[in-house]
Amino acid sequence: MSSLRDARKPKGPDAPPAKDLRGARYWRSLEEWADTPEFRRFVEREFPENASQWADPVGRRRFLKLMGASLAMAGVGACTVQPPERIIPYVKQPEEIVPGKPLYYATAMPQWGIGQGLLVESHMGRPTKIEGNPDHPASLGASNHFSQASILGLYDPDRSDVIRRAGRIDTWDNFLAELASALEVEAGRGGRGLRLLTGTITSPSLAAQIEELLTLYPGSKHHQWEPLNRDNVLEGAKLVFGRPVETRYRFDRAKVIVSLDSDFLAWGPASVRHARDFAGARRSEDGEMSRLYVVEPTPSLTGGVADHRLALESHRVEAVARRLAANLGIEGGAASVESAEQWIAGAVADLQRHRGDSLVVAGDGQPPIVHALAHAINHRLGNVGSTVEYTRPLGARPVNQTESLGSLVDDMRSGGVDLLVILDGNPVYDAPVDFDFAAALQSVKLRIHLSQSEDETSQGCHWHIPGAHFLESWGDVRAFDGTVSIIQPLIRPLYGGRSSHELLGALLGRPGLTAEQAVRDHWAAQMGPDSEKQWRKSVHDGVVAGTAFPPLTPQLDEAALRAEAGSTTSPSGMEVLFRGDPCVADGRYANNGWLQELPKPLTKLTWDNAALISPAMARELSLENGDVVRLSHGERGVEAPIWVLPGQAARSVTVHLGSGHRRAGRVAEGVGFDAYPLRESDKLWNAAGIQIEKTGQRRFLACTQNHHLIETGLASQQAHDRHLVRETEIEEYRSNPEVIHEMGHEFPEEMTLYPPHEYPGHAWGMVIDLGACTGCNACVVACQSENNIPVVGKQMVEMGREMHWIRIDRYFEGDLDDPRYVHQPMICQHCENAPCEVVCPVAATSHSAEGLNEMTYNRCVGTRYCSNNCPYKVRRFNFLLYQDWDTPSLKLMRNPDVTVRSRGVMEKCTFCVQRINAARIVARNEDRKIEDGEIVTACEAACPSQAITFGDINDSASRVARLKADKLNYGILNELNTRPRTTYLARLKNSNPELADG
Amino acid sequence: MASRPELEKPPVIEPGHTYATVTDKISSIVLGRHTPISWFIGFAISFTLFMVMMYAITYTLVVGTGVWGINIPVGWGFAIINFVWWIGIGHAGTLISAILLLLRQDWRTSINRFAEAMTLFAVACAGIFPLLHTGRPWLAYWLLPYPNTMGMWPQFRSPLVWDVFAVSTYGTVSLLFWYVGLIPDLATLRDRSKRKAAQIIYGIGAMGWRGSAIHWHRYETAYLLLAGLATPLVVSVHTVVSFDFAVSLIPGWHTTIFPPYFVAGAIYSGFAMVMTLAIPIRKIYGLEDFITMRHLRNMAKIILATGLIVAYGYTMETFMAWYSGSLFESFMLENRMTGPYWMMYWALIVCNVITPQFLWFRRVRNSVVTLFVISLIVNVGMWLERYVIVVTSLHRDFLPSSWGMYAGTFWDWAIYVGTLGMFLSLLFLFVRVLPMISIFEMRTLIPGEKKDGGH
Amino acid sequence: MSQIFHRSMNTYSRLSIFGGVFLLGATLWLADTVYRSSYFTGVGVPRQQSVPFSHKHHVDGLGIDCRYCHASVEESHFAGIPPTETCMTCHSQIWADSPMLEPVRASYRDNRPLQWNRVHDLPDYAYFNHSAHVKNGIGCTTCHGMVDQMPLMWNANPMHMEWCLNCHRNPEKYVRPRDQIFNVDWRPPPDQIEQGRRLVEEYQIETFVYCSTCHH
Repeated sequence: MSSLRDARKPKGPDAPPAKDLRGARYWRSLEEWADTPEFRRFVEREFPENASQWADPVGRRRFLKLMGASLAMAGVGACTVQPPERIIPYVKQPEEIVPGKPLYYATAMPQWGIGQGLLVESHMGRPTKIEGNPDHPASLGASNHFSQASILGLYDPDRSDVIRRAGRIDTWDNFLAELASALEVEAGRGGRGLRLLTGTITSPSLAAQIEELLTLYPGSKHHQWEPLNRDNVLEGAKLVFGRPVETRYRFDRAKVIVSLDSDFLAWGPASVRHARDFAGARRSEDGEMSRLYVVEPTPSLTGGVADHRLALESHRVEAVARRLAANLGIEGGAASVESAEQWIAGAVADLQRHRGDSLVVAGDGQPPIVHALAHAINHRLGNVGSTVEYTRPLGARPVNQTESLGSLVDDMRSGGVDLLVILDGNPVYDAPVDFDFAAALQSVKLRIHLSQSEDETSQGCHWHIPGAHFLESWGDVRAFDGTVSIIQPLIRPLYGGRSSHELLGALLGRPGLTAEQAVRDHWAAQMGPDSEKQWRKSVHDGVVAGTAFPPLTPQLDEAALRAEAGSTTSPSGMEVLFRGDPCVADGRYANNGWLQELPKPLTKLTWDNAALISPAMARELSLENGDVVRLSHGERGVEAPIWVLPGQAARSVTVHLGSGHRRAGRVAEGVGFDAYPLRESDKLWNAAGIQIEKTGQRRFLACTQNHHLIETGLASQQAHDRHLVRETEIEEYRSNPEVIHEMGHEFPEEMTLYPPHEYPGHAWGMVIDLGACTGCNACVVACQSENNIPVVGKQMVEMGREMHWIRIDRYFEGDLDDPRYVHQPMICQHCENAPCEVVCPVAATSHSAEGLNEMTYNRCVGTRYCSNNCPYKVRRFNFLLYQDWDTPSLKLMRNPDVTVRSRGVMEKCTFCVQRINAARIVARNEDRKIEDGEIVTACEAACPSQAITFGDINDSASRVARLKADKLNYGILNELNTRPRTTYLARLKNSNPELADG
Repeated sequence: MASRPELEKPPVIEPGHTYATVTDKISSIVLGRHTPISWFIGFAISFTLFMVMMYAITYTLVVGTGVWGINIPVGWGFAIINFVWWIGIGHAGTLISAILLLLRQDWRTSINRFAEAMTLFAVACAGIFPLLHTGRPWLAYWLLPYPNTMGMWPQFRSPLVWDVFAVSTYGTVSLLFWYVGLIPDLATLRDRSKRKAAQIIYGIGAMGWRGSAIHWHRYETAYLLLAGLATPLVVSVHTVVSFDFAVSLIPGWHTTIFPPYFVAGAIYSGFAMVMTLAIPIRKIYGLEDFITMRHLRNMAKIILATGLIVAYGYTMETFMAWYSGSLFESFMLENRMTGPYWMMYWALIVCNVITPQFLWFRRVRNSVVTLFVISLIVNVGMWLERYVIVVTSLHRDFLPSSWGMYAGTFWDWAIYVGTLGMFLSLLFLFVRVLPMISIFEMRTLIPGEKKDGGH
Repeated sequence: MSQIFHRSMNTYSRLSIFGGVFLLGATLWLADTVYRSSYFTGVGVPRQQSVPFSHKHHVDGLGIDCRYCHASVEESHFAGIPPTETCMTCHSQIWADSPMLEPVRASYRDNRPLQWNRVHDLPDYAYFNHSAHVKNGIGCTTCHGMVDQMPLMWNANPMHMEWCLNCHRNPEKYVRPRDQIFNVDWRPPPDQIEQGRRLVEEYQIETFVYCSTCHH
């Protein structure tokens, strides 16, 4: 096959070295190109991915199936008799069900034990789509990518469906029997050998059950562990307040915000609410625009929208905090921080100008002292009560989880534990490495693990009990402000899963106890007389009225800071940062294909995690994207591929936890590398003094956006020259409102050969506010869920075949060592003069009378001409049969109102036309017009910062029409006269004039 | 052509030939008992490649176009490249037969027959790709306008629909033209062959040709009419094909120069291919007498001329990229010359612009070997041209966020090389069973003999 | 030299030239006709059911309104197939022990749903909404034919896209007053076109046709 290889030569590998050629910048990218593994893949494509289809049985099965299918088709084309279909009516039809109409139920998703309010769409008893619950404080109608993807988590075919003992299938009764005998022993000695390990518990009913257990077995202990725990937050509070308190932030009231390595827009139980509040305070029309200062070691979504971002190693953030405090007259003094002084001065000045409506927030990854300093500063600035509120901790039984797990491990080692019950969680995988949890576990006589899938921990336990998904079982959970939501099930457990309540019931000697009883009994007691009425209302609304925690006014003691003073250490060498993965978090979502394939907001990597380093470090160590390095700390080490991320602090290496599972399901296994083996209990968030050495190997990383161009900045440069992303300073905009329009060239509308379209009725359009968009990905997953978009796998992403209808374009602005990020959601622009429409030979993509650019899948023959001719490249093609047509559980998940696309057809954003049609029919049946806001696209509904607005631009009163009239409104590639229906609001910056740099 | 006497001197057929010798020499290739071993070897090789193609096509149909290298943004790859390349090659035949006929270029006589055959086979190869490259080939008939239960018509604004008509018309006319030209010779073969089977087969093909004056009269009329029909097609087909690109708005596609520049390129590659085939054939079958140096020289001149037009096309592209002042256009060109695919671009310039310049020298035009090599290089160059146009324009267009890379997979190559196999197999069969040079027309060239139908 | 072919070959060859054309035409015509035949469309072909339910008897004979069984026709895309309960409201009294109805009773007894063979089966990529049509003056019989005359159900129309478009493009030919929707005896008046135009006006029926109306 050498002739083939020869013929492929011109594709770059044999390119002469850069110096021989003109245009240095381009050549760098070529060099990288020529020498990166994806090129090597091209060479190795002698026998490409398809060869592997023979290797693995799945592929072979599909091959044979397709052979049958396509041979059948090939013969007769469309002329086939439809297979006979059956209609199966109810025997007794439930009251509320109208066949064919969806119902919505309120519930809540517990994440790290804390609740996110949801509304779940149900078709004939099948939950199919997650929306936010407008009545829930943490949601206000919005949601995030985790909750959106939880619907796939429910139907995940890899969830375990049988009780196992030591790997063998067993029964619930046998389990109860063995449990009972073990408990008998414990009862004899007050339960000294009984231990319960859970995550953070905010559920009042569950907490009550645990209390009951602890009183029943006084000797027993309850331990809690979350790998991404909030110990620092509580410890920091203890430091200055003497007791753990929760801090509640009001970003809608803050005019100046200083974030000390806090990614409050993307992480934490209130991130969705924070995004909404923050975006509100950023909109220029309502008075003063807030200003955000961020100091952080690794780029975050919050840092991306900062007006002044400072990249500093994690341990130097404390120094900055001290310096801030000192300059605001708080004792505990600090030396100056080189390269940060200007930033600090600016921040201090701004803070002083905004006493009472400023806000300093510290990140979970920062040590307690930084949190303490933040509290002190907020006190000093009089922000308490306005932008900062304190409440009692959310956790029903707040503990330092690291210590809690530590003591459990000690007890296990000393053989003091005979019966260990683990509710959810996967400690064998995610416990600090120095605890060596797996080994300690072995010394426990009877180990029971409740989890939704058989993971590393299940393997280490005697009993594995399939767990119920939150959409399958009753429960309750507190939101970030304490508000309780009743979790109501949407469907019977698909895989016979049990809830924590049930298992605790068994421990309490009430095996028959159902989750529903447990929860209802608890609240019946709480709600008193008219509990039935309250219960119904609470379940219906998704929140239990009046359960939010009242604010506290704890006394702050600055002396504590003095005591802590001078404890700043300045470790040498490089540091490694442990962060939750933006997509699979701490690893709990690792088997969720939607999240695995979701491009990580800043790196645009899919199906992989990497060690993120700064361009400076890359130059210093001559590392390239994909180079596998060994990160070692003492005798511990992991091997990780490198990814160069502009904006990373020079000496910091970021690793995302949650990948490299050994046992978690077909999707998760073998994806990425496991960073936990480097994570020690006293260095949960960052470890200083690590070594990096090149291993010489390389790993291909599937990136969805021109990754071989990042270092060159070519893409971002071009994006800037082409006025794709427009932004300006608020001051400049105020002085000259036309500044945004002056950036591009408008085009005379009549310059087209074809007659203009008439829009007698509605004219649907969309506006996306770049000022509000944080690039959080919620819309991407919401779209995937609403529109039955398939997962294609790493190999296909490598080949540039990802199917997401929403592509969030990410550009760097300014110097690549310290850039700003711009996110631009790119969907079908629904052009008035759509280039795709005129080139389709079969009219499969056409223009509707309401200005939609329609895609008719069943008419498409797949010439891909439309995609070539689309200047926005927002069309996606089913190159292979990407949809899973076999797995029954996934069929249940799909949205019945959207066609499931077959192989060989084009697809793209439709503005959720199924929702438009539904609304139209309802409106007409009720003899009224469609009201503004009645049609909400999936992306618009999900967006936490309300960056997306959809509506009728023919109706001048509609929100979208008003936004399109805004001076900030602009269309992309206007010079092509495509006249997109989707336009963007330019992003406004609010830089501090005192700080020269933007 | 008295105005250019020097052209008349070198004869288009070596002296000393009579009706008989011409007829013998050509028809014996077909009717001769023993086939040269080289024929069998050549046919075996090309047929193997042909089978590789069949396998690759089956695999593609069963698994999907995803087995190719195409992606988003590069939605068109080898399939379209090869389609345009083959169609281009398919141009020489009709051009030689029709236009040179109308221009009374009698030297065309000895090469037009297999040039036409080559055209047919090239169009056949080209025809495979548009069908195969669709995501659902079994529904490709939707591109045809026909009454159906969907109440739908094709979308006539799309160049792909124009292609359907252009290519099918061209194919049909070329076929008729070629067949009509064959009739008298089929009659000859019918009469000369000794075996009954051959007689019957050729007889059916000859459609009862008896060579009567009335036959000759109708033949001449039909042939001229078809020539007249074919002539505009030579221009139209590749013009329409170029519309596939020119009508779009992709920088590097969206340009008005495409139609003329594509047609020129087509003739360029077409003649290169004729030469690539003519040289070995005249050697193997000892037809130097019929396909003389003059033929090769003339073709070389045409290659040089069209090569210059193509070069002008490249120059104008570059000029317009700068002169338009359009950011997209200038970036497109900069990216072609210096982007990841820079090698393709410069290789194409070397093959299509530099190489033909050697044809200015008489010594080169007289050296069969050099001509052969040049013709090969030009064929490669024209393939590269299509690669550059299709891939480099698409892989980095308007939004940098959607930029990507493209490379053909094993299956892309298998199908491409396979079509070469198919092309050659058909050609081998053709030279074996049909007169590759028009017998009766050759006879009209014999000095001092005046044409007449009988024998 | 001897003749290879008999003289008659001349005739044959001439025939073959013209014959070829006609043969091709005939084949295409046949293909089209077969595809439109009831073998593919099921028009006029009674569909067997586990229970031989007769619309003729229930609608024509007993005069039961369509909505009694197809209850969601006015609010959902799906007209609804009655739950066994509905059948039993009467058949627990009438024909209470008819063997023909045993499956129904069995279903009610064992709480196992009846299974019906779908008669009007649109492709899954076509989204038809009953409520929208019923609301806009399209009566049941317009698409489903003389249901009251069908002992067993069959397709009255081919359900081809062409057929849908025929009405979507000129609704005035088929639209009827809203109070006549469920009237199986309604017949188009002689001045249907004028009546239709007036109703289209009155009901503000949008006559423009585009793909996403039915395909999404």
